Amino acid sequence: MSNIRFNNSRRAFLKNISLSSGGLLLGFSFMDAEASDMPALMPKDVDVAGFNSYISIANDGIVSVFSPNPELGQNIRTSFAMVVCDELDADWNKVKVIQAPLDTTKFDRQLTGGSGAIPHSWKRLRNAGATARYLLVAAAAAKWNVPASECTTENGYVLHKASGKKAGYGELATAASKITVPGEVKLKDPKDFKLIGKPIRNVENQNIVTGKPLFGLDFYRDGMVYATIQRPPAFGQKIKSVNADEAKSMPGIIDVVTFKNNVAVVGRSTWDVLKAKKTLVVEYEAEKTLESSADHAQIFSKLMESTDAKVRRKDGDVEAAFKNAAKVIKTEYECPFVPHNPLEPMNFFAHVREDGIELVGPTQTPGAARKAVSDLLKVPEDKITVDITRLGGGFGRRLKFDYVVEAAELSSIIKKPVKVIWTREDDMGGGSYRPAVRYRFEAALDANNEIIGYKCRGVGINVENPMRQDNFPSGSIDNLLIDSVEHQSPITTGAWRAPVTNFLAFAEQSFLDEIALATGKDPVQMRLDLLKRAKEKPVGPIRYDIDRMATVIKTVAEKAQWGKKKDVFQGFSVYFSHASYVGQVCEVVMKDGKPKVQKIYAVSDCGVVINSSGALQQVMGGITDGYGTAMFGKLSFRNGEPEQKNFDRYRLIRMNEIFDIDASFVNNGIDPTGLGEPALPPTGGAVANAIFKATGVRIKKQPFIDQAPFKS
Amino acid sequence: MAVFNLHVNGKEQKVDVAEDTPLLWVLRDHLRLVGTKFGCGVGQCGACTVHMDGAPLRSCLMPVNAVGNAKITTIEGLSEKGDHPLQKAWDEVDVPQCGYCQSGQIMTAAALLKRTPRPTMEEIQNTMHGNLCRCGAYHRIREAVKVASTKTPTTKTK
Repeated sequence: MSNIRFNNSRRAFLKNISLSSGGLLLGFSFMDAEASDMPALMPKDVDVAGFNSYISIANDGIVSVFSPNPELGQNIRTSFAMVVCDELDADWNKVKVIQAPLDTTKFDRQLTGGSGAIPHSWKRLRNAGATARYLLVAAAAAKWNVPASECTTENGYVLHKASGKKAGYGELATAASKITVPGEVKLKDPKDFKLIGKPIRNVENQNIVTGKPLFGLDFYRDGMVYATIQRPPAFGQKIKSVNADEAKSMPGIIDVVTFKNNVAVVGRSTWDVLKAKKTLVVEYEAEKTLESSADHAQIFSKLMESTDAKVRRKDGDVEAAFKNAAKVIKTEYECPFVPHNPLEPMNFFAHVREDGIELVGPTQTPGAARKAVSDLLKVPEDKITVDITRLGGGFGRRLKFDYVVEAAELSSIIKKPVKVIWTREDDMGGGSYRPAVRYRFEAALDANNEIIGYKCRGVGINVENPMRQDNFPSGSIDNLLIDSVEHQSPITTGAWRAPVTNFLAFAEQSFLDEIALATGKDPVQMRLDLLKRAKEKPVGPIRYDIDRMATVIKTVAEKAQWGKKKDVFQGFSVYFSHASYVGQVCEVVMKDGKPKVQKIYAVSDCGVVINSSGALQQVMGGITDGYGTAMFGKLSFRNGEPEQKNFDRYRLIRMNEIFDIDASFVNNGIDPTGLGEPALPPTGGAVANAIFKATGVRIKKQPFIDQAPFKS
Repeated sequence: MAVFNLHVNGKEQKVDVAEDTPLLWVLRDHLRLVGTKFGCGVGQCGACTVHMDGAPLRSCLMPVNAVGNAKITTIEGLSEKGDHPLQKAWDEVDVPQCGYCQSGQIMTAAALLKRTPRPTMEEIQNTMHGNLCRCGAYHRIREAVKVASTKTPTTKTK
C-alpha cells in the first residue's frame, strides 16, 4: 500500500462539511494539495469555500462526484468518478457525476488540453475516495464498537465480518460527516482495483442517445436573443463600410451592430439572423498582406535558407560531422493548415448585466475566457460566472476564447442576453488553424552507415516552435542541430490535437525510415539501436523514457509480426508526445493499383489505463483522426481567404474509409500519463512508411491524397 | 411569417415562422427539440438527420413549408423510453465520444434498420458514410448498428 502525506501546516487538503440535510460532503482540492487561497466552488446549497471538488454521499447512498474539467469526448467525467469510486469502494450503480457549473480564479487546471487531466489529478482523486472510505469505516466502527481495522468495505457497504454486521454508506454518511479528516490515508494496492482498468461505459450515454440538451448550442434562456456575426472573409482585412439597411428591415431582426471588425446581426431566431446576414453589404480593405498558399510555399523556401534561425538544440560539432560524412541524406516534408472542425460549431451565451456577467457554453479554458472578458469589459472576475456545457468536440479550437469574448462584448453593446452562433463557414473560415510547416532533415552517415550528424530545421507560419528538440532521436546522436524560423502571418493559428507533434511526427518518422533504407537497416531495429546508444551514451538532455519507448517498439513489432508477413506491406512509427508512448505498425495492401490501408496495430504506454473502453476510444479515434487528416486535410488560401469553408470542399474521413485497428496497452503500473492525444502523432508516419514499402513512393507532403501514388 | 401545423413525434405542433425556415431550426429554436444538431447547414454532415414519414432527411435543407402533413420523428421521439435497440446498442458498445453527431447517426441507422433489418457491414458503411463523426468513433458506430440489427425491437418504433 502506498501512502500520501499532506502538509498539515497548509490549508487542509480535504474537509468534512456538515450538510443540513444529513449525509457526507467531502470537499477536496482536486488541483493541488498545497494550493493556497483557493476560492469557493459552491454547490447551490452549501458553502464549501476553499475546495474545488467534492464527493457527497446522501442518506440514500447516492454518491455524487463533482467533475470540474470540461468534457469534450475524452470521457473525463467517467474516468474521474471511476478513480474516486474505486478507492471508495462505492456501488457504481449509485454514482452520479455532476459537471462543475462554475469556474474560479486561480484555478490552475480547470481546462481540457494537453492530455493532462488524469495525470494531474490521479493521486488527488484516489486520496479523496480513500478519505471518504476512511470516514465511513470510522463511523461504522464507532457505531458497532469494533476496531476500524476489522472492518472492510465492498460495493457501497461497510462490513464487520466477525459479527456479521453490515451498513450501507448512506446510513453511515451523516455520522461520517462528524469525524475529523485524517492527515494520511492508505490507498489501495492496484491489484485490488475493481473499476480502474475495466471497460466502464460513458456516464452520459443515455442522455446523448436520447438527444438531451447537453451542448452549448442546446442552451436556451428565456428572453435570450440570437446573433450571428459577419467577420472579414480574408485574414488581414478590416471593414471599410457597412450597409445593413436590408438586414435591419427583415422580420425577426432586432438590430445590426458593428464592433471592431464584426458586424453582428441580432434577432429572434437562428434562421432570422442567418438569413439577414446574407443581405449585409460589407466592404473590406486590406490592412495587412493578404497571403495565398503559393506565397507560403515561397516563404518556406526563403526561411529554409535563413541565417537567422533560432537554435533549439545543439549537441557536439555538427559542421564537422557533415564535412566528414561518407554520405548525406537530405529531405523536406510539408504539412498544410488544417481547421479543427469540431462538429458543434463555435457558440456562446453571454449576459452582461449591471451587477455582473453570466457566460454559458462550450470552452476548454473557462478561466482564461473569463479573464479575457474581465479585461475587456472592466468587470472584476468575481462578478463573472462561467458555466461549462458539454463540448461537441474541441481538438484545441476551444482553447481559444475569441468566441466567448465576442459574445460578451456583443451582449454589453445590445444590453441583452445573447447567444452567438457560428455557421460552419464562420467556423472553418474563422482561424486558429493548425499552422502550416515545412521541415528539412539532414543526416550525416559515416562509412559504416552510422549516423554521425543530424540536422532538422522547421519553418512555419505562426507556429512559435515547430520542434520538439529534446524528443527522440535527440540524445542518441553525437552531433545534432535543431533550429526553427517563424513567419508571422495575419492567418491565426492555435493548438490542434497533439500540437506540433501531429505534423512533426509524420515528417520525422518518415525521415527515420529514409535513413533506415539508405543504411540497409531494419526500421525497427535501427530505432532500438539508437535508443541503446541513448541509454549507454546519452548526449544532452533527454525528455523521453528510453525503456518505455523501447518497450512499445518491441511490443508492437511483435504483435504485428513485423517483417514476417508476406501478403501486406508494413510501415513503422513510434512517438512520444505529452507524456505517453505509442508505437504503430500500418499494413497496406494494393487494390486496383493503389495502396490501401488495411490495418494499424497500436501499442500505447500511458501508464495505468483507467477506463479500458474509454482508452480504446481515444486510441482508435486518434488514429482515425490522424489518418484522415494526413490523407485528406488541407486548408488552402487565396488572397487571405480560406478556399474550403464547409464539408463539401473540406474532406473529413468517413465511415467507408476506415480500416481495422488493433489497439493494446503496455499497462506497466506507472501513474497515468495521458491519452487524449498521443495515439494521433505516429499514424501519418506509419501510413506513409507502409505506402513507401508498397509502392516505392515516398510521400513528403500532406494531404497524401494530393500526392503520388494517389495522384499522378 | 406563416403558421404551420406539424406532426412531430406523434404530436401536432403549431409554429409561426418564416416559410423558408429549415425544419432543423423550427425543431431547435421553436419546438426546443435540440437533439437534432446543426453541423454544416449544407447536408454534408448528417448531424441534423430526422425521419420524414420514416425516411431519413437532412432537416437543415428542408424548408418548413415543404413538410406538409408528413410525420416527422426526431431523436426525442425515436422511442418512448430511450430504449430503441439502437439506443441500447449505442450504450452497450459505448459509442459516444463527444456525442454531438450521435443523434444523427442513430436516426440514419434507424431508418436503415427499418428498411433492411439485417444489413451487412457493407450496407451499414454505405448508408452511414453520410454521417460525419469528428471524433472518429466510426468503428463503434458500425458495431452498434450491427449489434442492434441482431436484436428484436423491444418497443414499437415510430
